[in-house]
Amino acid sequence: MSIRRRILTVVAAFAVFAIAVMLWAPTVGSTSISLTRALDRSIPWESNVDAQIFFVARLPRVLAGALVGATLAAAGVVLQALLRNPLATPFTLGVSAGASLGAMLAVTMQLELSLLGITSIPLASFAGSLVATGIVYALASSQRRGLSTNVLLLAGVTLNSFFSALILFVQYLADFAEALRAIRWMMGGLDVADYFPILAALPFIVVAFAVFAMLPRTLNLLSVGAESAAAKGVDIVSAQRLAFVSASLATGAAVSLGGPIGFIGIIVPHLVRLMVGSDHRIVLPASALFGAAFLVLCDLAARTLMSPLEIPVGVVTALIGGPFFLWLLVKRS
Amino acid sequence: MRVPKWCPPLGGLAVALFLAALVAAQARPNRIISLVPNVTEILFAIGAGSQVVAVSTYDIEPAEVRALPTVGALVDPDTERIIALRPDLVITYGSQVDLHTQLKRVSIPFFDYRHGGLEHIMVTMRALGQRTGHVEQAQRVASALETAIDGVRRRVAGKPRPKTLLVFGREPGSLRNIYASAGRGFLHDMLTAAGGEDVLNDIEKESAQVSTEMILARRPDVILELNAASRLNDADLQAVLDPWSTLSSVPAVRNKRVVILNGPGLTVPGPRVIDGIEKMARALHP
Repeated sequence: MSIRRRILTVVAAFAVFAIAVMLWAPTVGSTSISLTRALDRSIPWESNVDAQIFFVARLPRVLAGALVGATLAAAGVVLQALLRNPLATPFTLGVSAGASLGAMLAVTMQLELSLLGITSIPLASFAGSLVATGIVYALASSQRRGLSTNVLLLAGVTLNSFFSALILFVQYLADFAEALRAIRWMMGGLDVADYFPILAALPFIVVAFAVFAMLPRTLNLLSVGAESAAAKGVDIVSAQRLAFVSASLATGAAVSLGGPIGFIGIIVPHLVRLMVGSDHRIVLPASALFGAAFLVLCDLAARTLMSPLEIPVGVVTALIGGPFFLWLLVKRS
Repeated sequence: MRVPKWCPPLGGLAVALFLAALVAAQARPNRIISLVPNVTEILFAIGAGSQVVAVSTYDIEPAEVRALPTVGALVDPDTERIIALRPDLVITYGSQVDLHTQLKRVSIPFFDYRHGGLEHIMVTMRALGQRTGHVEQAQRVASALETAIDGVRRRVAGKPRPKTLLVFGREPGSLRNIYASAGRGFLHDMLTAAGGEDVLNDIEKESAQVSTEMILARRPDVILELNAASRLNDADLQAVLDPWSTLSSVPAVRNKRVVILNGPGLTVPGPRVIDGIEKMARALHP
């Protein structure tokens, strides 16, 4: 009973923090707007600048940031437990490199297709992430004894470098303007200016989170060791499959929405573990909520610190994440 | 035998004349390699085209260059081929420092170019005229271009200058990663000459990424968008314009003054720049 109460209290506290950040973030920006004017329905939409700044420029950004942040942080938790490696990130298994290659190809081949209002770059990057996930999954399950986490890790890391090499090659063949555009995409960006891309990514992320919700007990056992988990009667292989596929799918959707924003998937889970311990029943939901708040705050910094210029949000997370990562390494050794 | 008094000075003069002629002949390069496409256009415009023996892989204008051998480009100049072609002048870009070192080592002279503002086109024309032995034609072409640009300036002089956002890149089909010309540089100068007031005047950079918030807050009267396509049919044009309708409070969008300027080479800093300025001026002051 007391563990249930603890879970509820801690998760509720993180939820309050995330909601507070998400309510505050759209009210500040590089321009000052009047919230009453923005919400005043009597002013026609066409001439209500405050409303358009609030609903077109800021709210979609905050929502996209929250969705991407929550996804990357939760996927980080799942993969760290699955691979039993504290340095794993949602990008360790090649998903982001596949997505980046897809985006790169869409930019250089000047693909102009669109599907249900989603443009070529998000489509191609999501397709790239699916290809990468498929390859890693096929390699890791090619051995008879279920899913090998060692093969998973090695295949992912190798695929990452292989795709990076392909990215460099495509980039070398591209025009300057195209190469620059692709590089900019890789720095991450949340100024989506529309709700449609968010709605398109949402189904994949919702399904993945539904799977995540069933995982915490298994993840707790897995992080102790596969043998002891099997001894407790957990179907390890299918749990690993579910965890890997759902985390990859969600990461692919998040990357196609905001670009490969780094470090969220590693610093948020570790920060949350420092705060609340290592029980995945708490770490997983708390990381998702904290990840949402963290990325929204990073994007707030990205759009205001150097105003009128913007800092790419991936640069902000990396500037905070890099030193933190090093601190974590030193602290562990 | 006594040498007449006037002989040594005259002989000296003859030698001096011979040396001067030699230097002049040497100074007029006959095997030019241009690694900078817009400078290639300038070379052909000032009459030095027949002296060009090779160009960069990006060169397509004027049509004559398409038959010439190519020797790499900005980031990957093929030094071996450049040297093998025995050039007597190589046009390089300012950032090609490694190539400069190598050319110095083999004593091949080079003309170091860097993009500048609008005036820099005329400066480059005249400098290349000097360097390639086409002083007069270069002078003529540069002055004609100056006159044409001044003509546009005078035409728009008294008219109100609309606040303009000059967009040169964004993600197709969306308003993401919009790049626009900012407070200095060549595009900014073109826009100013065409009678527009750059909405990003205060940003001291050649280009900047603009967020949707910034566009909504700065409310440009006109949005000019460069598009490399040589021809756009009505459906394509509508597809390109469509994403802008999200920002309906921006005067340019509300008053249907988002204008797509299409065509290749619209913004090449060379002799064709006047076409781009004319197009901008017509869009800003219809």
